[in-house]
Amino acid sequence: MISNKRRNLLERIIESIFLVCAALSILSVIVITIYVFAKGSPAIFKVGVLNFLFGTVWQPEANQFGILPMIVSSVLGTIGAVVIGVFIGLFTAIFLAEIAPKKLAELIRPAVELLAGIPSVVFGFFGLMVLVPIISKYFGGAGNSLLAVIIILSVMILPTVISMSETSIRAVQPTLKEGSLALGASHIQTIFKVIIPAAKSGIMASIVLGTGRAIGETMAVILVSGNTALIPHAITDRVRTMTANIALEMGYASGLHQETLFATGVVLFIFIMLLNITLNILLHRRDGEEA
Amino acid sequence: MTDASARRRISDRILTGLAWFCAFITVAVLAWILIYIVIMGAGHINWAFLTTVYKPVRNLYGIYPMIISTLMIIVVTVIISTPIGICSAIYLVEYSKPGRLVNAIRFATETLAGIPSIIYGLFGLIFFVIALHLKYSILSGSLTLSIMVLPTVIRSTEEALKSVPMAYREGSLALGATKLKTVTRVVLPSAIPGILTAVILSIGRIVGETAAVYLTAGYVPNVPSSIMRSGRTLSVHLYTLAKEGISFDQAYATATILVIIVAIINFIATRLAKRLSRATTGG
Repeated sequence: MISNKRRNLLERIIESIFLVCAALSILSVIVITIYVFAKGSPAIFKVGVLNFLFGTVWQPEANQFGILPMIVSSVLGTIGAVVIGVFIGLFTAIFLAEIAPKKLAELIRPAVELLAGIPSVVFGFFGLMVLVPIISKYFGGAGNSLLAVIIILSVMILPTVISMSETSIRAVQPTLKEGSLALGASHIQTIFKVIIPAAKSGIMASIVLGTGRAIGETMAVILVSGNTALIPHAITDRVRTMTANIALEMGYASGLHQETLFATGVVLFIFIMLLNITLNILLHRRDGEEA
Repeated sequence: MTDASARRRISDRILTGLAWFCAFITVAVLAWILIYIVIMGAGHINWAFLTTVYKPVRNLYGIYPMIISTLMIIVVTVIISTPIGICSAIYLVEYSKPGRLVNAIRFATETLAGIPSIIYGLFGLIFFVIALHLKYSILSGSLTLSIMVLPTVIRSTEEALKSVPMAYREGSLALGATKLKTVTRVVLPSAIPGILTAVILSIGRIVGETAAVYLTAGYVPNVPSSIMRSGRTLSVHLYTLAKEGISFDQAYATATILVIIVAIINFIATRLAKRLSRATTGG
């Protein structure tokens, strides 16, 4: 009996260790949120909410801390990347799931996985050495520009969009497809009129996830964007994103300047949180569809 | 033939063509990046490059310190994140009952997976480097990265545990083993390939990470004498070389090394995953 009791106790203790480990994720999210906000939000009020968010001049040495140029650059870069990345990614996913011969799809899928594994700094370096000179040659200017950011980011979000869209296209019930084909629709019509609408929320989720990747990317962007903190007027203008602003100046910033960098992190964090919540809603809606 | 069906045929062809074209672009871009980097970099890789220290004043440009720093960060991060990740996954798969707590844990891991690396870097800097006085060190970097890779470890381990047939558990319980014994002696051993995949995937993320490491482990290009010292990983080294325009030859070579490491990691992970699916489907 005693040994049984002791064993029971041991079982309980270890079960609670498992529970504590699982709860660490929750704790991490809470601590990260609290620390980033606690460190970052005071600066927003010191500078003034409007001055900070809508100020167009970023000159730390002159005590000017407006991050509108960074917000605009991040948003424009992300929108551009999502438009291109989702177009190419979605068609590639359709190709892999519905059109490609099986053998070919089996060759392309590992390539997509490898693309997902390439470090962002390698993308940035490639962009710096190859893309920037090409843009400079054909569009004028120095080449490091909003356009370079958009192209590099669209390549970087491709794997996310492709693999998640492909999964959700494959998850569509075959009866839907068979029904459509039996009614005389062509394969392509079936894909675009039946399968894609049925896989809609999974595809939307892949788009939101890709958007998060793009807006949060740092090192690749720094290497190709030129990093000028001004609102771009042309696609060939140099830009600086919120992420780049943090990484570029954190090394030497101090005092209020450093605090405003944390504050830039807060603004970025809010963008990411909104995307995360959207993603969660979409994913749960998808679960509902499958049920 | 009616007008409508002719139009339909044309649009079918255009859309099929677009799908082929987009898939081609995806593969072509990958090939372009890989081939270009390797061609430009392979010539600059030699034994001396891999084994000498980095002391530009003495004309030494080796990446030996960066290799050691990268390995140290990998080892420490894996040591911290793997047990936590495995225990979390065990809880989620074997013990938890659906409810608020599980939903909260799922929401938390999804949120962690969505936080960009620069935010992790910022948090690591505020929390580990400054608040906990760990300074710019391998340890600060590893702790930050541990949180970052946690969702990867949890998710892959969960998949592995879920793929262990229920009959194994029932058999073990029927023989009188306790739940804990069943989990540690029966379920976990069957899930080992899946757990290894999880570890390898997280190594891939650690090797490729730049922003979070740059802000927490720093960028001192020396061999760290302990995990309390700053170190520069290969990715951070490539970033520094490229950003400061120090040497593009060294940058190409470092990028080539990174690409090779990532390709190997990918290959192993795919192999393991294949073996795993074969083992569970019994083929």
